[in-house]
Amino acid sequence: MNFDKELDTRGMNCPLPILKTKKALADMTAGQILKVISTDAGSVKDMQAFANQTGNPLMSSSEEKGEYIFMMQKK
Amino acid sequence: MKKMGIIATKGTLDMAYPPLILASTAAALGWDVQVFCTFYGLELLRKNMDGIRVSPLANPAMPMPVPMPVFVQALPGMEAMATMMMKQKIKSKGVASLQELRDMCIEADVKFVACQMTVDLFEFDKNEFIGGVDYVGAASFMEFAGEADVCLFI
Repeated sequence: MNFDKELDTRGMNCPLPILKTKKALADMTAGQILKVISTDAGSVKDMQAFANQTGNPLMSSSEEKGEYIFMMQKK
Repeated sequence: MKKMGIIATKGTLDMAYPPLILASTAAALGWDVQVFCTFYGLELLRKNMDGIRVSPLANPAMPMPVPMPVFVQALPGMEAMATMMMKQKIKSKGVASLQELRDMCIEADVKFVACQMTVDLFEFDKNEFIGGVDYVGAASFMEFAGEADVCLFI
């Protein structure tokens, strides 16, 4: 999946991945895709909750070798 | 827009985290957040947050590297040691510092209000606190809390 911006939150713990995601989205335009990489297991549920509450669609959520990859579209 | 009011009453390293984590996260989700700092919760407003400590005393759930009898926990220097160890843990686990979380709260327009009565009671110097804080009484907070969707006492 293509993306417009990548955010590396490896090593960061709750709530930093969410706060950094919010910040990263602020600099993007509607329709663009943000790729977020996280090592925080809690971020799987949290990113979905963030998407539900802010209306930015979570296009995909996956795990690769202990890392969680999220694709979020800016609404 | 959803609203959350938090009453922050604790000034220890462990108890300073919950209000700042919830406030910064709610603000990131687009919530309107107000934190009413009263009694020891005023520590959250200090310009310099380095002095915020944690005590193993009367804190039996705090994980210790070795079992420690209460009388040992009461020895001079134990609080400083526990604080240093917790700060190291916080850093090594990628948990944000208090300062970092508060900066993010302010950036996201979390409103901090301080209890004027506590400032008078303990004769605090307002110059030790960050700017942009309103000094209010309970009635002012109730005005916000009455409209809030979530209200927490921490």
